[in-house]
Amino acid sequence: MKILTLLSFFTAYTLTASVNIEDSAGQFFSSGHTNNWAVLVCTSRFWFNYRHVANTLSVYRSVKRLGIPDSHIVLMLADDMACNHRNPKPATVFSHKNMELNVYGDDVEVDYRGYEVTVENFLRVLTGRLPPSTPRSKRLLSDDRSNILIYLTGHGGNGFLKFQDSEEISNVELADAFEQMWQKRRYNELLFIIDTCQGASMYERFYSPNLMALASSQVGEDSLSHQPDLAIGVHLMDRYTFYLLEFLEDIHPASKTNMNDLFKVCPKSQCVSTPGHRTDLFLRDPGSVLITDFFGSVRKIEITMETINLTDPIKQMEENSGNDVQTENNTYVDQLPVSEIIHQKPKQRDWHPPDGFILGLWTLILLVFFKTYGVKHLKHVF
Amino acid sequence: YDILRGKLAALSIAAMVILVGVPLWWKTTQTYRAWLPVAQINELAKLQLQLSADVEVVFARGTATPEQQKKVPVTQTQDEDHAVDEDTTLRYRHETRYRTATVMEEDALKQPTAAEADLSLHRLSESPCGSLVIYVIPESSSLLPENVNVYIGQRRTALLRIGAQMKVGKTLKQLLAHLEPRVKQILQVMSFSHNDITAALSDRVRFSPDNKESIADSMRAFKSSPGYEITFSLLNPDPKSHRLHWDIEGAVQTYIQPLLTKLSPVANFSLDSQILYYAMLGVNPRYDSSRSAYILNADSLAHVINPVEARLGSNAASSNPVLNFLLYVPDAHHSPLYIHDHKKREVQTNAFHSPRWGGIMVYNVNGFYQTGTNFPVDVNINMAKVMGVFLAQLRLLLGVQSTAPPSSFQVAPCGSSGLADWELDRLMWSRSVENVATATTTITSLAQLLDQIGNIVINDNIAQQVSSAVTSLQLAVAELEVGNLGFALQYSKEAILASEKAFFDPSLLHLLYFPDDQKFAIYIPLFLPMCVPILLSLLKIVSEVRQRRREKQAKKD
Repeated sequence: MKILTLLSFFTAYTLTASVNIEDSAGQFFSSGHTNNWAVLVCTSRFWFNYRHVANTLSVYRSVKRLGIPDSHIVLMLADDMACNHRNPKPATVFSHKNMELNVYGDDVEVDYRGYEVTVENFLRVLTGRLPPSTPRSKRLLSDDRSNILIYLTGHGGNGFLKFQDSEEISNVELADAFEQMWQKRRYNELLFIIDTCQGASMYERFYSPNLMALASSQVGEDSLSHQPDLAIGVHLMDRYTFYLLEFLEDIHPASKTNMNDLFKVCPKSQCVSTPGHRTDLFLRDPGSVLITDFFGSVRKIEITMETINLTDPIKQMEENSGNDVQTENNTYVDQLPVSEIIHQKPKQRDWHPPDGFILGLWTLILLVFFKTYGVKHLKHVF
Repeated sequence: YDILRGKLAALSIAAMVILVGVPLWWKTTQTYRAWLPVAQINELAKLQLQLSADVEVVFARGTATPEQQKKVPVTQTQDEDHAVDEDTTLRYRHETRYRTATVMEEDALKQPTAAEADLSLHRLSESPCGSLVIYVIPESSSLLPENVNVYIGQRRTALLRIGAQMKVGKTLKQLLAHLEPRVKQILQVMSFSHNDITAALSDRVRFSPDNKESIADSMRAFKSSPGYEITFSLLNPDPKSHRLHWDIEGAVQTYIQPLLTKLSPVANFSLDSQILYYAMLGVNPRYDSSRSAYILNADSLAHVINPVEARLGSNAASSNPVLNFLLYVPDAHHSPLYIHDHKKREVQTNAFHSPRWGGIMVYNVNGFYQTGTNFPVDVNINMAKVMGVFLAQLRLLLGVQSTAPPSSFQVAPCGSSGLADWELDRLMWSRSVENVATATTTITSLAQLLDQIGNIVINDNIAQQVSSAVTSLQLAVAELEVGNLGFALQYSKEAILASEKAFFDPSLLHLLYFPDDQKFAIYIPLFLPMCVPILLSLLKIVSEVRQRRREKQAKKD
């Protein structure tokens, strides 16, 4: 009897051991990606939309902390809050009241700033249709083994997202852009997070495979902001992103938390709106998808087993003696032509007819004069 | 008379609007769409690839009986058909020519070792790109050691040891039948194999392979690109203790450049190098007192790359994929540093690589310390050892290496250029197929996209790129059929360049999504006020004409 129990324990142990090895090997190759990209977009400008910039910068900070380098992040901020005239603490963007956490820091690399954040540029970045002169840092150079995280925040409505208070992107256009990315195999898996009012409407129209989407509120609901800071005078963060940031602060590059935990972030009691998610287009089970698959950048490693035996000695480079091209003496252009500045003559300005204000003023005076004294006096003038 | 004039005016205005206005409005709001060869594109959607390779099997003296020798030379063609999915079919054709060896070849085969025989055989004739020559040597030959039956040379030749005469058979047919599976085995290693080609088709066919090794293989190599950038970086975290000297220019010229020159039909390469000071690895190594060295576990290696990557620069001007090779010299407090694999064994090369990124090698310099040395120590790095590892990693990352050959095979080490000719052929086969597959998917999806969205403007230059891509694709497929590997690769590269240019043209941006209700909202305020009087007057005229006709009818009756 004892032997039987011992034997059963033994077999159970070996089974679990083999399953564990299989598990770790399986985990290693379960995600088919080799690199990670992130596209983080804040679409609203003006000082009272401080919280949208703070949202985006907090996600940027988490993503960088978990390993994605700046060269793989496309950060688009529609307005500059840190150097805004109304910022009482310049060069900072806070995400928590009482100014606990400065998410701006000193190594923020913004790729698209201010008026460059438009629907057209956003779609160009996603589909890759950028003019040839665009530098590398402004491109999304993903391939078919890239996992991409796309985070959008701003003001939105049922089926659209507002950019810069002047244009909108509709959910159909977004779905078409993702389909074009899929056609050209520009992503392996894509995680789409949106924190706007009625955010769930933006992922309704997706139809390409391997997309997972999270939104901060359902259609018909508004996403609310978290807390105002009395010193700065604006709301600092939106609720969904605030709790998302809190969740991400617990994640480190080697953690094994999966997506099901991410879906539970910010329940209705904390968020007032109901966050939603969509996983039907995603091929893998969300429980097997690690957070670091999208937010971090854990590299796959293989040990190099072989080496090539090289026996030739290094060729000595020929020393170029001085019979080269004559080095030209380069000089700088006169940087500050002091003499010219000192002896400047006043510029000749062209004569312009009197401005509209003066003309208007004279017309008013004439009208009043003729109103009071009657029109018959006009003939005295002419 | 006024009424008649009024009626004529209304009629003529209506006529103007309908005959002139409507076509004018239609024409001016039409988007310019240049003509695309849609029929040919749809033809290309169904890809039927045929890969041909020429194989020559040469019988040395002692392998074929005189009766068998009389019947050679003989040519056989073998076709193998595979249907990958409903749109893609593959056909592999091998044309095998059997002949006997010439006198000079017999002399060459009399060399003492297989490597020397390979060299002298190569001096006699050079096989064209994509073809193979297999020399069949008798069992008694001393060229190959006991347990080795096949020797694969550095160029495009292989030596195959045949079994004894009795086992093989009398007639030529039996001899050929005996040889066929052995030749096939050699072709699996030296020429294209089904696994490689289906992996190259991954753009068209998203298939899930059976085993984890093939997943790893397909993820490791960079995708086909017209150019690559290779960056060699020397990381010196401790300049106070080590003054490092590396002759990177000479090393690259001697060891790496020959490989890149050989690979020039495949892609362009640009090289640069840099030295980074005070760049630490992001991981703390463990101290192992039994070996009195510091150890990096295989699990912690995954976190090494990210902190360093932020420091590595890249060429802002090009969008080519970058291969990074890092040489890390550990600081004096953490020397020596060894890498352990998953089974806790020391790694011989002390290096590891990451798929589609590059490789890192740890170079220990504690051998340069003697007792009482003054820091900083001058260290001359042994570039041959370093480049040996980097070259092996470079081969892996470019997709050169493949599955290990069977146990009775002996593969010659690749020469000074780092790449055997047959390995280059294999790479060219898979690259051509990959380019053709990618270009066909790009063109067909572009055509589909332009068809679906009627509002996108198609400029002339896009139509021209598409046409040239289609032409190049057709040429590439034709050349692959015939077996001209060099031309096929060239055409496939042209095809992929043209198709990518057409697909990623900045003018093809679809920002014109108008839902139907928006279209009505735009046109109604413009056209309704104009159309209402015209319609009403027309109706009035029509009703008057009808009334008059009724009166006429009444009058008649």
